[in-house]
Formats: sequence, C-alpha cells, structure tokens
Amino acid sequence: MTKTVTDVICPFCGTLCDDLEVVISNDGKNLLEVYNACAIGAEKFLQSQAKDRLIRPRMRQEDGSWKEITYDEAIEYTARMLASAKKPLMYGWSSTNCEAQSIGSEIGEYVGAVMDNTATVCHGTSLIAVQDIGIPSCTLGEVKNRADRIVFWGCNPAHAHPRHMSRYSIFPRGFFTGKGHTGRKMIVVDPRVTDTARIADIHLQVEQGRDYELLDAIRVAFKGEQLPDVVAGIPKEKIYEVAETLKSGRFAIIFFGMGVTQSLGKNHNIDAAIAVTRDLNEYTKAAIMPMRGHYNVTGSGQVWGWQFGFPFAVDLSRGFARYNPGETTANDLLRRGEVDAVFIIASDPGAHFPFSSVKKIYDLPSVAIDPHETPTTEVCKVHVPVAFVGIEAGGCAYRMDNVPIETRKVVEAPEGMMTDEEFLRSVLARIKEIRGFKR
Amino acid sequence: MTEYLIKNGFVFDPVLGIRGDATDIAIKDGKIVETDAVKNPKVIDATGKTVMAGGVDIHAHVAGPKVNIGRNFRPEDKLFNARPGRGIERMQGGFSVPTTIRTGYNYARMGYTTVMEAAMPPLYARHTHEEIRDTPIIDQGAFPVFGNNWFVLEYLKNHELENAAAYIAWLLRATKGYAVKVVNPGGTEAWGWGLNCENIHDPVPYFDITPAQIVKGLIEANEYLGLPHSMHIHANNLGNPGNYTTTLDTFKLSEGIRPRGRFGRQQVMHHTHVQFHSYGGDSWRNFESRADAIMDYVNAHDNITIDMGAVTLDETTTMTADGPFEHHLTELNHLKWANADVELETGSGVVPYIYSPSIKVCAIQWCMGLELALLAKDPMRVFMSTDHPNAGPFIRYPRIMKWLMSQEAREQQIETFKHKDKVIDATHIAGIDRELDLYEIAQMTRAGPAKALGLSEMYGGLAPGLTADVVVFAFNPNEPYAPDDIEKAFGDVEHLFKTGVHIINNHEIVSNGNKRTLWVNARVHENPQVMRDVREKFLRYYTVTLNNYEVRGHHYVPNPYVIEVDATQ
Repeated sequence: MTKTVTDVICPFCGTLCDDLEVVISNDGKNLLEVYNACAIGAEKFLQSQAKDRLIRPRMRQEDGSWKEITYDEAIEYTARMLASAKKPLMYGWSSTNCEAQSIGSEIGEYVGAVMDNTATVCHGTSLIAVQDIGIPSCTLGEVKNRADRIVFWGCNPAHAHPRHMSRYSIFPRGFFTGKGHTGRKMIVVDPRVTDTARIADIHLQVEQGRDYELLDAIRVAFKGEQLPDVVAGIPKEKIYEVAETLKSGRFAIIFFGMGVTQSLGKNHNIDAAIAVTRDLNEYTKAAIMPMRGHYNVTGSGQVWGWQFGFPFAVDLSRGFARYNPGETTANDLLRRGEVDAVFIIASDPGAHFPFSSVKKIYDLPSVAIDPHETPTTEVCKVHVPVAFVGIEAGGCAYRMDNVPIETRKVVEAPEGMMTDEEFLRSVLARIKEIRGFKR
Repeated sequence: MTEYLIKNGFVFDPVLGIRGDATDIAIKDGKIVETDAVKNPKVIDATGKTVMAGGVDIHAHVAGPKVNIGRNFRPEDKLFNARPGRGIERMQGGFSVPTTIRTGYNYARMGYTTVMEAAMPPLYARHTHEEIRDTPIIDQGAFPVFGNNWFVLEYLKNHELENAAAYIAWLLRATKGYAVKVVNPGGTEAWGWGLNCENIHDPVPYFDITPAQIVKGLIEANEYLGLPHSMHIHANNLGNPGNYTTTLDTFKLSEGIRPRGRFGRQQVMHHTHVQFHSYGGDSWRNFESRADAIMDYVNAHDNITIDMGAVTLDETTTMTADGPFEHHLTELNHLKWANADVELETGSGVVPYIYSPSIKVCAIQWCMGLELALLAKDPMRVFMSTDHPNAGPFIRYPRIMKWLMSQEAREQQIETFKHKDKVIDATHIAGIDRELDLYEIAQMTRAGPAKALGLSEMYGGLAPGLTADVVVFAFNPNEPYAPDDIEKAFGDVEHLFKTGVHIINNHEIVSNGNKRTLWVNARVHENPQVMRDVREKFLRYYTVTLNNYEVRGHHYVPNPYVIEVDATQ
C-alpha cells in the first residue's frame, strides 16, 4: 500500500512550485514517485532515496581519506572552530529553511562571523541595484492574472526554472488573461538562441556584454528620440518595435537572470533595467523581478533583513552589523585571506566560486553541511550530511517574489540523521558553553 | 511569579480616573491586583515619579514584507546608529526602519507594551508573523488588508453582506489577523492597471464598485461579526491638496451605524493618520491645513476614532499598501521607489522621504498633525501616532508629547521654519494655546487606543484585573520642568513591567519578556458558498494552493493570545 501526499512544495528553485504530489510507502519511510514536478525537482526528491547516501558525518584524515564520526563529534568540531575563530565566514543558507537561517544568525552574532549567501555570486548585484533605484515588482499571481507583455532578459527558464512559464508567466489563463499565451507577447533578450528564445515572439540577440546599451536604447525609444542605426547588435527599427510593444501592453513584466546580473556592467545593468520599468509606468503598468535561483535564497535575504537590515554580505565581526559588498562578500574575504574559518551550509561554493577562493577554503578549518556529496564537501575538513529540507523536514521558504510558503516534510530521514535546524541548535548551545554566554 | 509593589508614584490613569495622585500599584501573576493582595512584594519606590499603564500603539508599520523592503533597500538608514549586543540585548540597527529586535527594545524604552502592525497582505502573513515573532517584549497583532480584495469587492458589489463577513472570519483565521484594515479602497486594485480611485465615488476598474460601497459594506460586515476592533481605514486620495473633502465624505459613511459586540468600543470607523487626509488648497502653492474642519466633524460624532499621523521632521521611509500614492510620491521627490502588488488582495509601495523644516509643505504638515490632537475635545478618541515610519519614526513619540504639552516647545520649532510666516498663515497652530496634561496624554496613548481596539479589559489602565503592563517614568509633574525634560523622561523609562515581568530595571533592559501575538478567531455559521468561492479562486487565480495558504501556529505564532468572537448568535 502507498499513500499520496498532495500540495507538496518543491525545494529546488525559486519558482517554489507547491502543487507536487508525492507517493510514499505506507510506513512513511520511502518516497516512491513524484508527480507534477519538473525533471530537476523530481530528481531531487528521488535522489533523497539513494541507497549510497551518506547518513553520518565524516572527517578528513591526514592522508586525505574520510573517517566516519558521530554527530556529537561534528558538533564539537564546528562549535570549537567557530568559537575560536577571529573572523569566521558562514556562507550559503540558500537551500535551507528560515528556521535554520535564523539560528545561524544567532550563531553569527555570538562568534562575530561574516554572513553571506549565494546571492553574492548571483543576484547580489540586483540587490545593490535595488538599493540604488528601488524596484517596482509584484507577486507571480499578478503576472498570471494581468500580464500581457513578458520579457525574459538574460535568463533561460525553459531549463533553469522549468515550470515558471507554465505556472506563472506565459501559458496560464488568469483572471484578465483568459487567452493564455495567445494573449501575451513574449520577448527574450539573450545572446544565445536558447530554448526559451526559440518560443519567443521577439528574440533580441544582444551582443554579449552590451545589455546596458540596449536597455538605455529602449529608454530612448520610449521617448521617441533618435537612436544610432545599430545598438548592441540590434537594428534600431527592432528596438523601436520592442519599445512600442511594451508601451502598448496593459501590464508588462521583465524577468531577469544571471545573464545580466553577472555579465559586464553587473549592478549597473540592473539599474538600467529597473529604470526601463520605472519609465514604462509612465505609459502603462510595469513590474520587474529577479529570477532567484535557490529555492530559499530569497528567504535568507529576508531573515537577515529583519534581523540585521541587510540582504547579504553581512559582517557581524565588529559586534554590530556592517554591509559593504566588495569588502564583506565571501569571495573578496576568501581571496584576501581575511577569514580564518569557513562554515558552509546549503550551497555549493566548491562548484561555483573561483578556484582561488576554493583553494582558501581547502587551506582553512572548514565544515560543510549538505545532504549531498559536492565539490564543496570534497575540500572541507568535516562534512555533515543532514536531512533534506522540503522532503524530510518542513520549514518556511520564500519564493522569488518574496511570497513565503511553508515546505512540507513528506518522508522520514534515514534513522539518526539530524536536520539543519537541529544541528545548528546544538552548535549554538555548545558555543554558548564554550564561550560562557549567559544570554 | 515575583510580586511587585510600585509605591507612591504620581499615577495618571484614565481607567481609574486618577489624575496624578500618589498611589500604589500592585502586580501579581501577570495582572494588576489590589494592593492588599500581594504578600511579600518586591518594592519599587516611585516617589516623585510618574506611573502609567503600558502604551498602546494602534497603528504602526513594524513587521512584514514592505517594512523589510524598506530595511533591505535602505542601507543608508543603518549608518552611524548601530548598537552592539550586550547583556541580554542582541545587535540592533536602523533608524526609520529598525530591525525587529531594535523595534521591540525601542518601544519598551518608551514604555509601550502593545503595538498593532497596521497592514498585513494576507498572502504574506507568514512573513509578517515571522517578524513579529522576532520582535521582543511587546504584544502585537496584525491587520490584514481587505479594501482591494477580490472576494470582498465581489460580495459587496452583490450586496452579500453575510458572505463578506464569513470570508472575513475565514481570512482572519487563515492569516492569524486581528482586524479589518482598508487602504485606499478600490484604488490599489486600480493600481494593478496603473490607475487609482481618487474619491469615494470613483468606480473600481472592471469590478464596478465604488470605494463608498466598499467602506460602508466593510463597516457593516465588521459590525455583523462584532469584532473587537472597528473597520480601520486609510481613505482614498491620501496626500493630495484638497483631500479633506474626501476624508469628510469617508467619515460620513459611518453615520447612523452603531457598534455591536461585547468589546465595549464606541466607534464603527477608525480613520488612521488623519494628518495625511486633512489637506486644503488645490495645489502645493496654496496648500493649507483643514484640520479644523476635520476635527469639527470628529468632535461631533462619537462613532469615529482617529489617530494623528504626526510629522516629526525627520528623514524617513514611507511605506503603504496605497500603491498609487507611492508612485505619485516618487514622481514628486525622485527618490528610489519599490512597489509590491499582491495577487487578488492588495499592493504596496515604499519611498524614502525627507521632511525638512525648510520646506513649506513639510512644516505645514507638522502643524497639522499636532492641530488634530490640540483641537480634540475627547482625547479618548484621538490617538498619538506617526503612522510609523510614514510621518516619522515611532521613537519620536516623546517629542510629540513635548510639542503637545508645551506651547513654548511648539513656538521654538516654528521659529526654525524657513517659511515661518507662510506656514503660520496656512495653519491654525499659532492661535492654539492649549497644553495637554499627562492625563490627556494617557488617554491618547493608553486608555483610548486600548478601548478602540476592543482590548479595554486587558490593556490601557491600572485597574485590578488588567494585564500588568506598568511604566515608571523619571518625571515629576509637580516640579518645574523644561519642555526637553518631557522628551528625555518619556523616551527612557526607569522601570517597565510587561505582563508582570520586570523588563526594564533602572533604565536597563533585563528581560526579553514573553511576547504574545494577538489574533481574532470569529465563529460564523458554515457558509458553503464562500468555501466554494475560496476553492475556486485558489484553483484558478492564486499561485499557491489553498492547502498551502493558512498560517499554522508553532513557528509563526509560537505564543498566541486568541480572542474568540461568536457571530453565530
């Protein structure tokens, strides 16, 4: 016999689909099938059932081999490492729940850590741009119910957020959008002919690294002013056409991804994209939204926002919260050798940071908390596998439009495994003992 | 629990009717008790000091999505004001939008113990509750917004009052909300298309209902349920010259309706931050105060309460569910603008703003906020607020007290205005010599708001049986004082008790308290049509499923205080 759990939240990407159905064994121990999920989401659920999954912490030995240790030993190592460090880096936080993030903040306060999340190599530039110019945005339901002009700029939801277009942006029939995709104009800006670009009404094949110019040209075109014959590889007629298409819509939305946030210009590109959105609001209704990657990177920025006032790159080492991207961001700290211990949770910098940063992690006392074996766990001294949040533990997560949804526990974790939250709580208690805090 | 006896302080308490007589106050098991009911109390000597109940803030934006947008998009708000953690205090930062931790501590330092979050988008209720949970010490509730909600618009358009009430009861339970909040009725839905509703008869696009119908319908639904608080409104046309007529039109919608229910409030409409709604003139050039016309109406109608929304002349961060207004504001001041529309429910905007004494309009706004309180005949119906952080941060309440209590302090401020003469011409403040006393202040900040919230059996006074929220201020009202002494003493309490726990001892925070979240559980008859409509809308138009919508206890509301309402009778 099996049971079906409905309304399951997918803990993979920022789309945070909440309509999955998961079939589990009657004893609640095995997850058998996943419905409604995209290929990536389904794979994450099924992977949790892998027979060769690590279920106990391990510590690297002198000779490079791993030795299994107990959770207590892992807690002791982590607590001692953080308590004795002068300026530890506590990085990641994007694939875990807000409960764990919140306890992490408390640990960070006690030990004077620098807290950074994956936005630092992703949408951190967007967050900086928002601090410059603001952001007119909305929830994804507004897009579903109202939007008739959809722009994907430097992002490829067909592969990175596979259900985004069907759930929210292109295909659904909403309240004022009863014609579904036939009532919408889809514009994709990408130097590559991606699978997303292939289904667009208009594909602007911008020259790589020329997004800023093209965004500014669109602003010029809104005002009907003169443009050079070609901007960023796009003929001016096409730019005027796109500007007119956007202005003539009832509700326009720009979704953007790392093609603009991490290419030449970085936060300045996003400044310009938000300015385009502001300008459009003079003619019609318009909004803009970052396509956040990890399913709860947004939540990490929210939790730090209300606790410290900053969404990423939060330096607590002076006893109060400071924020200065470029100085207090993970890669800058690592490469300058400014941190003396590294704690990594719910992310994989080993796969995404520059080699020079990863090498520093390898040289320092380091702990990685991750259900998977990853390039990061391979360079850390201690690896603590934990239960999967959203599969084996519940907890709050924030969608890319900042909507909080409570993820569900659908199966039991293998016996004796800790959750992120439990592990962090134990580390916090141990640090208080070591440091003699009374609070 | 430890028993306490606060001896010999000058007590100001509208509930007991004590006007500064030296009185003892006893605390036992979290409640105020008769002084002979405590056996072996810890004695706090309050001789020569002022004693009041804990303050109650009826309207502040202190938790939730737009507040956090304000924090995250204004790193400059944290410059030069960080405070390291020490003792039991955690790290604190931020001025106009402080961190949740600082919010709790700062309210406590001013002697406030209950604060209502004034606008909770239902879809973001979890976020609001997560922030409330992380705000230490103070009891809080949150008002979900209803004035642009598609269910409400459809039910009220079809005159289905009972269905509207059943939906309200359902949403209060689903979001763990406290009251019915209305922001720019219809206007924020219109903002979904970049439009607005500028007066109470301006129809909402597509839904074809007017703001007047929404407001009147929600008052009636609120009284049908007999909720603790009345409908709480931010009317249309906020912040525009000449808008006082829209405000009066809105007030008039309450005429002839009397409160129902067991909570003892008098009003059926609470109109918030009325300063922003009392503007005369027809442009910024001839902008003037019509606080006189507004207060004439309020004074003559006892089924209305208001709060001030007093401008404090600071650099601040405006935030409201009035999406079109924030867009209007960013076009005026050209500062950064955030907007967050919420599917089927509401919207919001955030824009920084600098109220400068050198700008005529700002100075006139400052006068108007104070005029509302100074022209009030019944301080039990006119409450202190800054609409934090919109007209200024809440930490300025002691400064507002100073201005209200001292004509000298007001004159000093007016002297600093660059356009002093024009400001005096456009306002009434120069002709007002009224100075409020501490009894009236206690009415405006404690007994009045507690009663309007339907919480007069818990908060707002020092009568035996009420929650033991007690403040001792280092202020002797019987000795001569300078105006600034008021601000100093009321901004830094000597002792604070919250639910009987000693939170501040000799100006030091010694406990993080045991904060509660208040929410209202209204029982109505089963209503299959409303539940069918709810399922239908979630299936077709929401982007979360119905089963993932309700805020469940534990993590979000770890220490609830549920107020039960039975509307089935």
